[in-house]
Amino acid sequence: MKALLKDLKKRFEISKVVQQRPDEVFVTVKKDDAVALITHLKTQEGFTHLVLLTAVDWIEDGKFQLTYLLNNNSDKQDIGIRVMLDRQDPVMESIHHLWKQAVTYQRELKEMFGIDFPNSPRIDEPFILEGWKDIPPYRRDFDTKQYSEDTYFPRPGRETHDPSEYMKKKLYPEE
Amino acid sequence: MADKNTYRDKFPKKNPDGTNIIDLESHKFIKVWQGPQHPGITGNMSLELILQGDEVMECKTHVGYLHRGFEKLMERRRFIQNFPLCVRIAVPEPDFNEYCYAATIEELAGIKVPEAGEWMRTLILEMSRLTSFLMHMGGQAGAFGLGVVAQWNNYVRDLMLDRFEEISGGRIYRMHMPPGGVRGLTPDGFEGRMEETLREIEATMKDVDKTMFNNAIFKRRTVGLGYIDPAMVDEYGVTGPNARAAGIPKDVRKDYPYLKYPELDFDVITATESDVYTRTDLRRKEILLSVDLIRQIMAKMPKKGEYMAKMPNVLHWKIPKGETYVRAECTRGEYGYYTVTDGSGYPRRVNVRGPSYTHAVALMERLAIDCNIADTAGLMLSLHTYPPEIER
Repeated sequence: MKALLKDLKKRFEISKVVQQRPDEVFVTVKKDDAVALITHLKTQEGFTHLVLLTAVDWIEDGKFQLTYLLNNNSDKQDIGIRVMLDRQDPVMESIHHLWKQAVTYQRELKEMFGIDFPNSPRIDEPFILEGWKDIPPYRRDFDTKQYSEDTYFPRPGRETHDPSEYMKKKLYPEE
Repeated sequence: MADKNTYRDKFPKKNPDGTNIIDLESHKFIKVWQGPQHPGITGNMSLELILQGDEVMECKTHVGYLHRGFEKLMERRRFIQNFPLCVRIAVPEPDFNEYCYAATIEELAGIKVPEAGEWMRTLILEMSRLTSFLMHMGGQAGAFGLGVVAQWNNYVRDLMLDRFEEISGGRIYRMHMPPGGVRGLTPDGFEGRMEETLREIEATMKDVDKTMFNNAIFKRRTVGLGYIDPAMVDEYGVTGPNARAAGIPKDVRKDYPYLKYPELDFDVITATESDVYTRTDLRRKEILLSVDLIRQIMAKMPKKGEYMAKMPNVLHWKIPKGETYVRAECTRGEYGYYTVTDGSGYPRRVNVRGPSYTHAVALMERLAIDCNIADTAGLMLSLHTYPPEIER
């Protein structure tokens, strides 16, 4: 893993290296280098399995973090590649030419976070939500509670109690 | 005499990239929706099929009938409150969610699970694998008209659910592995009752072997159906039994040993034919392997001892900033949780990596092409998919 990181540092501008476990490392790379790095890892370093592709919303920094998790099954290593995107203009290059299942991940990210992947097949087809008009629902500024209060009507006999209060009484009564 | 096929092209014309040109207006094709309410579909999802005659020309998977926004809901709840929520992501085998969620949280918070707790977790995961495979095999047999196998398997699965009830009080959602350890060890006399159940399962599997795997109709319909090329394994993100049936020895239990798997003696089961028959047969062997592993675990696990780590006040529990990914081998392949924390009492993001996400969408859309409409249900089931983990 160390030799790999040393080699990658020579070729790409990677930063914020976090060795989470001996076989798992997370690195940050610039948006323009990301696809080159992923292609290099897939074709040269044996990271042939795309485990997942997902996004994290860092709303306070105005950034979306894309995480590509790649796995090398012969050396039993994982590398997580973070790419920070501007929240105002979330566009990223597509990787559907490298893995077929990336199409599904990218469709989901477009729908749930509003991150666009131009030229990815069927990117504009709805994946889970049909006829969704609101802001993409997995963004931090989408309030699920407010949404359900506005959308669904209250029915008698469905009052809920705050789970935290209940647990406090049950688990830590002396506090 | 005019050629019978002159009024209808035998095959649709192709696009340059090899996909079929489908012109529904030409009346040569018919569009059929299989699902969301259809016995030949796993759970609630649907396949939009375009047929020519009874051959599938194009397949599109549609999900979203079960979307409850688990990942979003988790961001609003405390770490401990998420625990009873995450089990609902895969109903027939919720324990893998419990384990993966708990393991990511423990790793980020620096909690070490005691020895007995780890053994107990291994036992529950193996039991869960067994019940899930039994249920799946019933469905697979049912798709080819062998309803009786489903009845037998559900009977023995029910016996296994009794064992779960003894351990945890729950039959479907066991919720026995909160972050920190397990809620308890096995009750008195559990071993004997477990051994009885395992023997019953082995006897049933012998019957299943005779009725299903030596059945001429089942063989005729499944041999050669739904071939997954070994080259497709990485390209489509195939994991678990689907990959192993193609000859790729991918098994998280062996490759990335977790819990007490390094102390158990087993080999990764692989096959080469990679069709529906082979995949089903491989799962039958996996059932027998699980039976063997449960016996090994029962013999080795401590009967008493510390099983829960000392936990902080879970209502004020804050976990330092970090991110991690933990995987486990579930019945369908690699199951994993990617958890990001930001130092607060709530997770910043939890992402569930379910194997169905790749199997039911990209892979199924590819395999269904040129398949007979009558075999689509069997093909779909042979990939062993659960829709809730696609849409979370």
